[in-house]
Amino acid sequence: MTTATAARPGLATRVTPVEAFRQTLTLTWRNLVQIKHNPMELVDLSIQPIMFVLLFAYVFGPAMAGSVSAYMPILIPGIIVQNALFASMTTGTGLNADVGKGVFDRFRSLPIARSAPLAGRILADTVKQVWSMAILLGVGLLIGFRIETSWLNLVPAFLLLLAFALLFSWASVFIGLAVDAPEKVQIFGFTVIFPITFLSNAFIPVSDRYPGWIRAIMENNPVSKLGDALRGLLVGHPVGNPAGDQPVGGPALTALLWGVAIAAVFVPLSLRLFRRNT
Amino acid sequence: MPHAIRADGLEKRFGETVALADVSLSAEAGTVLGVLGPNGAGKTTTTRILATLTAPTAGHAEVGGFDVTTHAHQVRRLIGLTGQYAGVDEMLTGAENLLLIGRLLGMSRKDAKARAAELLERFRLSDAAERAAKTFSGGMRRRLDLAASLVGRPQILFLDEPTTGLDPRSRGDLWEIVRGLTDDGVTVLLTTQYLEEADQLADDIVVIDRGRVIASGTPDALKSQVGGQVLEVTPVRADDREAAAKIVGELAEAAPEIRDALVSVPVADTGVMPAVVRRLDDAGIAVAELSLRRSSLDEVFFALTGHHTDDAAGDPAAREEVPA
Repeated sequence: MTTATAARPGLATRVTPVEAFRQTLTLTWRNLVQIKHNPMELVDLSIQPIMFVLLFAYVFGPAMAGSVSAYMPILIPGIIVQNALFASMTTGTGLNADVGKGVFDRFRSLPIARSAPLAGRILADTVKQVWSMAILLGVGLLIGFRIETSWLNLVPAFLLLLAFALLFSWASVFIGLAVDAPEKVQIFGFTVIFPITFLSNAFIPVSDRYPGWIRAIMENNPVSKLGDALRGLLVGHPVGNPAGDQPVGGPALTALLWGVAIAAVFVPLSLRLFRRNT
Repeated sequence: MPHAIRADGLEKRFGETVALADVSLSAEAGTVLGVLGPNGAGKTTTTRILATLTAPTAGHAEVGGFDVTTHAHQVRRLIGLTGQYAGVDEMLTGAENLLLIGRLLGMSRKDAKARAAELLERFRLSDAAERAAKTFSGGMRRRLDLAASLVGRPQILFLDEPTTGLDPRSRGDLWEIVRGLTDDGVTVLLTTQYLEEADQLADDIVVIDRGRVIASGTPDALKSQVGGQVLEVTPVRADDREAAAKIVGELAEAAPEIRDALVSVPVADTGVMPAVVRRLDDAGIAVAELSLRRSSLDEVFFALTGHHTDDAAGDPAAREEVPA
């Protein structure tokens, strides 16, 4: 091993943007190649969404909409949104495991961009998001969901969801840094995300059968806004009214504003935790 | 010789808790500095400050001639870190773990693979190269962690309790590796709870307790200060303890200590043993047990500070092997 002066590479004082990007891609690779050794994660990302689509479609569909196919325009956009929220929790669990196991310290002791570990994780999680969305959509198409507008609309639909998930994942980053075990991030997921996604139009049309206050929550929930935007983009009309018009811009904007608000709360909190820990 | 590592008056507070009160130390290039202390003494905090992971509340530190807070990036180019909790990615294979570090350090895929293979070979991990690190034994994990910290051929290496929880054989393996590093001119800062480990590996030792340096010097100087070995006498009758303590104290020329039924004293010269036996016999003190053993960290502490370490972690005999 040679050590002496050869290893003293000039006096580079910082990482160039190109290097930072390459380091982010390397860490993205690292987060994705993990799946190979942890098949349970693949089950999480694939089989679980498939199971939920099938259970909801065949158990609730006939009761809620009269038939499986009539339920599809409600269910598929709704469950894609729900899945995006749950999937954003993996950012927090992964971060928590890295910090707890000392992997994060190793990264921080390397001459790499400070942002690369987190950026690499988020990018990898985005790839996983796209994977789950594609699976949900594919299963939906197999059992009767129809894109009644244009296939090209899938692009803005995915981008909108990814943008929201990215903003929402800061809540997950915060929880990941605040708790001491990855399981606790999961518990947060179940106790917060389940109510948020069910108090929405993800699985049912909002109607006046609900008490006013529940209805108010349902209508203003970002999950409902995302559901509306997705239905507008992919189905093109409100559920049960083929002649009606389903606006996209308004709900999409409201959902993104929700995302920005969530990030505005959790980015500073997360950065504070980062600093407290160091 | 220039100092590879140098710290002056490091202080670190976490809210009300004082982790470091005053730590100064230095290591010349190409030497091993042992930082010795019990759990909670501030060893890990000191390492983390020097490795740029956390900023000191007060004080100043330079690694490789660069300030660790203002020139952290340059410091990171020179150092390798093996933390107390092996920072390997359990979901990656041995080879992937090293490939990852090589790529992050800017090596080409080909170079990073070659370097990974070279280190796996050197640390006897070639057979496990394609296995996920979660299947590794504790010793293998530490070796992989150490290999990961060496990918970039660091000039300065921080090893935070590299052998804690390892079985004696794995510990011996790691010692050999550390000795090999200094042959290559690497400067090593090694923290440990084991006096024997510091004695075996370090050129200089700094003893810290409750966030302060309480002694420093070469292992020999330190041992002569506290006695290299400990003589222990257990009289049959508890009433004889005082008398036995007086005898061993005189012969060892050090202050004896009585704990329960046991009388102990640090001895610099083990030749006193026959005299001890004779004098105890002359005094008519029946002895249940008489033994000579190496000083533990706890005794070093007692000799230096007059108090024992807060737990028995420093005593290798009392330590349990932790399966990692």
